[in-house]
Amino acid sequence: MTQDSNPKNSIDLAAARAKLAGEGGRRFWQSLEELSDTKEYRNFLENEFPANSEKDAEGVNRRDVLKLMAASAAMAGLSACTKLPTQKIVPYVRPPEQIIPGRPLFYATSTQQGGVATGVLVESHMGRPTKIEGNPEHPGSLGSSDVFTQASILHLYDPDRSQTVMYEGRVSAWSDFVAAIGNARTRLSPKGAGLCFLTRTVTSPTLGSQMRGLLAQFPEAKWHQYEPCGQDSAREGARLAFGRPVNTVYHFDQADVIVSLDADFLSRGPGHVRYAREFSSRRDLSAGSASKVNRLYVAESMPTGTGASADHRLPLRSADIDDLARQLAAAVGVAVPPSANASAKIPATWVSAVGRDLAAHRGSSLVIAGEQQSAFVHALAHAINAALGNVGKTVVYTESIEANPVNQLESLRDLVNDLNAGRVEMLVIIDGNPVYDAPADFNFADALQRAKLRVHSGLYKDETAELCHWHAPAAHFLESWSDARAFDGTVGIVQPLIAPLYDGHTAHEVLATFTGDSGKSGHDLVRNYWQSQRPEKDKAFETLWETSLHDGLIAGTALPAISVALHADFVSLGRSQATSGDASTLEVVFRPDPSIGDGEYANNGWLQELPKPVTRITWDNAAMISPGTAQQRGLTTGDYVSLKLGDRTMHAGVYIVPGHADNCVTLHLGYGRSRAGNVGTGPGFNAYLLRNSSSPSIGHGLQIEKTGEKYYFASIQQQYTIDVEGHPAEEESQAAFSRDLVRITTLEEFRKDPAFAKREEEEKTKDLTMYPGFKYDGYAWGMSIDLNRCIGCNACVVACQSENNIAVVGKDQVMRGRVMHWIRIDTYFRGNLDNPEMYYEPLPCQQCENAPCEYVCPVAATTHSPEGLNDMTYNRCVGTRYCSNNCPYKVRRFNYFLYSDFKTPSLYGMRNPNVTVRSRGVMEKCTYCVQRINAARIRSEEENRTIRDGEIITACQSACPAEAIVFGNINDPNSRVSKLKAQTRDYSLLDDLNTRPRTTYLARVRNPNPEIRD
Amino acid sequence: MDSEGSRNIAGVTEPEPIIGPGHTFETVTDKISSIVLRGGTTPGWVFGFLIAFSLLMLLNLVVTLLMIKGVGIWGIRVPTAWGFAIVNFVWWIGIGHAGTLISAILLLLHQKWRTSINRFAEAMTIFAVMCAGMFPLLHMGRPWLFFYLMPYPNPMWMWPQFRSPLVWDVFAVSTYFTVSLLFWFVGLIPDLATLRDRAKSKAAKIIYGMLSMGWRGSAVHWSRYETASLLLAGLATPLVVSVHTVVSFDFTIGIIPGWHTTIFPPYFVAGAIYSGFAMVLTLAIPIRKYYHLEDLVTMRHLETMAKVMLATGLIVAYGYAIEAFMAYYSGDANERYMMWNRIHGPYRGLYFMLIACNIVIPQSLWSRRVRRSIPMLFFVSLVVNTGMWLERFVIVVISLSRDFIPSSWAVYLPTKWDWATYLGTFGLFFTLFYLFIRFLPMISIVEVRSLVHETSEEKPHS
Repeated sequence: MTQDSNPKNSIDLAAARAKLAGEGGRRFWQSLEELSDTKEYRNFLENEFPANSEKDAEGVNRRDVLKLMAASAAMAGLSACTKLPTQKIVPYVRPPEQIIPGRPLFYATSTQQGGVATGVLVESHMGRPTKIEGNPEHPGSLGSSDVFTQASILHLYDPDRSQTVMYEGRVSAWSDFVAAIGNARTRLSPKGAGLCFLTRTVTSPTLGSQMRGLLAQFPEAKWHQYEPCGQDSAREGARLAFGRPVNTVYHFDQADVIVSLDADFLSRGPGHVRYAREFSSRRDLSAGSASKVNRLYVAESMPTGTGASADHRLPLRSADIDDLARQLAAAVGVAVPPSANASAKIPATWVSAVGRDLAAHRGSSLVIAGEQQSAFVHALAHAINAALGNVGKTVVYTESIEANPVNQLESLRDLVNDLNAGRVEMLVIIDGNPVYDAPADFNFADALQRAKLRVHSGLYKDETAELCHWHAPAAHFLESWSDARAFDGTVGIVQPLIAPLYDGHTAHEVLATFTGDSGKSGHDLVRNYWQSQRPEKDKAFETLWETSLHDGLIAGTALPAISVALHADFVSLGRSQATSGDASTLEVVFRPDPSIGDGEYANNGWLQELPKPVTRITWDNAAMISPGTAQQRGLTTGDYVSLKLGDRTMHAGVYIVPGHADNCVTLHLGYGRSRAGNVGTGPGFNAYLLRNSSSPSIGHGLQIEKTGEKYYFASIQQQYTIDVEGHPAEEESQAAFSRDLVRITTLEEFRKDPAFAKREEEEKTKDLTMYPGFKYDGYAWGMSIDLNRCIGCNACVVACQSENNIAVVGKDQVMRGRVMHWIRIDTYFRGNLDNPEMYYEPLPCQQCENAPCEYVCPVAATTHSPEGLNDMTYNRCVGTRYCSNNCPYKVRRFNYFLYSDFKTPSLYGMRNPNVTVRSRGVMEKCTYCVQRINAARIRSEEENRTIRDGEIITACQSACPAEAIVFGNINDPNSRVSKLKAQTRDYSLLDDLNTRPRTTYLARVRNPNPEIRD
Repeated sequence: MDSEGSRNIAGVTEPEPIIGPGHTFETVTDKISSIVLRGGTTPGWVFGFLIAFSLLMLLNLVVTLLMIKGVGIWGIRVPTAWGFAIVNFVWWIGIGHAGTLISAILLLLHQKWRTSINRFAEAMTIFAVMCAGMFPLLHMGRPWLFFYLMPYPNPMWMWPQFRSPLVWDVFAVSTYFTVSLLFWFVGLIPDLATLRDRAKSKAAKIIYGMLSMGWRGSAVHWSRYETASLLLAGLATPLVVSVHTVVSFDFTIGIIPGWHTTIFPPYFVAGAIYSGFAMVLTLAIPIRKYYHLEDLVTMRHLETMAKVMLATGLIVAYGYAIEAFMAYYSGDANERYMMWNRIHGPYRGLYFMLIACNIVIPQSLWSRRVRRSIPMLFFVSLVVNTGMWLERFVIVVISLSRDFIPSSWAVYLPTKWDWATYLGTFGLFFTLFYLFIRFLPMISIVEVRSLVHETSEEKPHS
């Protein structure tokens, strides 16, 4: 491309940089555009917005509407069609045991990500699972969850799920499938040559044993595993360091100093929910808290949630992290040769300061490498941990949790070779989509078609299913019997909450057709396996089984710590593996998408509409680049570019991310699906098209070229501009940002001035009102959000969406500013463009005492409850939207169209029966989960007591892995929330308006290393 | 025309006569009633009516679509949940104010010059209030439940929320409409009787006969008529002030910077009269020309209206100045930012247009030459109409688009349906107006006749 042929089109980064520099790097800003504010940008803004876009101005053509609806369902468009279907209600003649209408039951089960289990409790109303919570007993959850877990309930009810067995595109039946497998099996050679299985990562002991049984039966059959964003580096790193693929378990609660080498351990990877809990437990600043505040260093290319939580963040190309790891290793005394191409971007002072900090915390420090990094970096991290004496303290090794740990990339390569050589008679793909997500150079789609018989089992009739002869719908985990191991090896039992909605069958059942157990149910397969494994027999086993089902896990199955010795010569072994590109070429890093993962969750409207951490875009991925790279190459957000890596090309929109490493492009995987369903097909760009087996994570020599076209992103926040122009009135813009929305200090300062977050006016204005205050004799609900704990993971947003039946609106409506989330994570930047500090601020309804929304509603649809909530009465609301205008926090959401899906029957089951499904023309907002408050009230009144502290847990609080959100009765001075609000860090947003919010914040306290000044 | 020049007797500039010379009772009646009874359906009228009617049908289309799909077809969003609908509501209702001012306050103040223009100014009021009244209904998320805003008996004993200015709006606007309609109709009765008496066709006789409610012109009738007019004028007078005051409360009661201002009520009322007179000029100038009414609606009328515009425009300018000053003087960061954002934000072009339209250009009315130049007056009246619309846009949209929490800031842009709704109300307005000038006497025959009576009495003395 011609470099910067039209510099005016780019954001004026130089000016922005100069501006920030002039202000001592301490001002707040929201987006690059705001800082540079070129005329082009303003034009762009004007043009960006919906009115002028090519799409129909009123925003809903019929096709879009189809996509917009909650889980991709159809909505006919006529708004008056909110008439509910006529249904007969017949009472039970003989009611099922335990079921009391109106009272939910909770069952423990496990969900899996990349094969690793997280325990969950699933709320079930009259036999319908409606909400997923974390399982407090489960080590991988501790009661919390993440976005994927929260959103997986939508997959269960997704009308796009595959519903019937298909044979060559025609509807068939499970019995035909079993018969066909039986026939095919007889045609195989007795030893099963040419029979191949492809699964994703398997930690299920039952499935592992079934596989082993199968391979014993057919010794020449092959079992391949492939996970597009799996743990290959970690596995190979362990193999390099210790000679075998051991599993690493971290104890972040024991670590005073943590160094992350490109690891987003708070939001991805085995155990991340627990790790987030452990990490933020060390960010607690309660007066009584004895624990020492930890310090986190993060070096990463793309800003992640973990990076935003860091005390020191170093933006570094992913390839340069190898160099950083070597320097750190050398600093703590690990003998390692320096990198062949040393990076100029690593400040020596940083390395030496971090090295000293690590060395000063022997046994209480922790170094963790990210999945994008090479096996060698992982091995180095192990070596550093060993050198610092962290092993056994903050880092523990166990045997692998996988049934058969293999290098999955090689495993898939092996399969492709077999396919290409025509050696595969029958390929059974269980729960994978390699046609979409295999490395591009494997040409998997072509190779696949050389298998003589192709069988696919999966939740969706996806790209792979399309090319297979047989497709059998898989059962959702809420319909399945199974088991799976957690990050520490604890076995969780997967039990069904509901009979399969469609003709779904589990992997166990599919495999059973091969072993000749086709009659056996999933339940029998799992139970029989454990019966054969456990010493307990008969009655004792029965008790164990019942207990395990109740608890959701088999107690005592966590894998014991083992001691492993570091290979003396891993450095020389690893040298050949270490790759580092030329610093001048453009690096490309492939990462799983923070919202939809590797593409598995593409058809999930909740996740698609979830604003991604830091970038805040929805419904898209992008070619993410740093402001520096953008400036250098004349690119700007919204440029539609072609990306060329080797001989492969893809197109994508550019998005400038402050804090991104220079000379590096991040591409999130999972988008650009062609057969995902009504929601997932279409959005974004398929980054797998560039991903080679030689560079599954980091590629070098990317060429980027403008096409001249524009691409519009549906960003929740950063599309908004703050006009800065070096105008004389600039001071006012500063004032806009000095509204003290996020209050920050350092630990050092905090110790000196614990009340730094308090403002005089706040105290003064409290009694300034003409009206007498409300009296609360009983409960007065309140919430405290600890900004020091929040990791911006979005779990609360999806949990709220699930609990409160919040509709999905679609990309076009998001661009028109009509996203419906009741809680949002505001993101702010402070400091310079290249490495700003990032701040999260979750913002639900503040439930003001003097609520500006209440007195402007002409019909009294929003009123003050006797317990201090700002209640919404939906059927009274006529939709004047005055309340939204008058809400200074802008947390109210309006149904501009009929966003809720009243038409798709499968979605009826998913809805929380205690929360109204809102129809068109009605305002809605956070209710503090009033349905949960009322449930607790009923319980307590039945038992003739008051509601206990902690009895009501709001959906956001329950999901939050960082325990940042606490809800309770502020009339009770001993409640947890009262104690938090009594902390000196407590402050309320816009306190000078005298709204007196019930939701208050605990100010952020950073813990920087005084030796590093960035 | 000679009569339009001022006569200088003994060095004192006397006001020129309100109507042209040479009119008798007969000529006045004839001139005005013939437009209705004999002027007939002229091609020009048909042409204008068809355009207006097409726009009315556009309104019909938009409203249907709006009912089917929802207010999402407009550009409103978070944080700008009010957009064109409210801008247009305030604009239309402001326009209505001139009619009431002319018919009520000027009647009480015995300003004779009002007689030639009060009838169609009142009609304009009624039609403008009808256009205005549609918007609060249409902009609701669920317009079919509009009656929730009214205190009506219901089994839940549910009242509207009387603290909300929107409820005050309901009362203010409906009272305003009722009183204006009544006043207008009462004023029409003697004229309707005249039409009844002069009508040739049977249908016209019957319809005008029913509408004139048995008016015979007896002294008792006249006496009661005068009393009723005065009473209604007394009732309507406070409405001139109250309606726009209440409308301004929609904003001042809110806490949004740019809304929460005590200057709003007087400045809204002044703005309303400002835009109302601009609209009267916009309408009067072409009608006067087309129907050859130059000697009934004289240059003096136009000039007086221009002076009223100049005066109210200065009040509005003062309002803007105070708004800016208070934003600065309050020291409040949000208020200051609001003002800064108007001048520097994404909508700054509109703000400067507003200043140009409402403050700068109307200053030309200081010049007598401009006040007496029909094209210039027409131009200025259009400019003021635009400016007053922009003022409401600035207040409603710019204030909302950037309020307290920067993460929610966004740019509001209207969609094509926003424009269609706005244009559609023009359709409604002009359709009604065309029907009015076709079927009702657009100038009060009775009052102009009384004017003739007075001027002819004065003549011998002069």
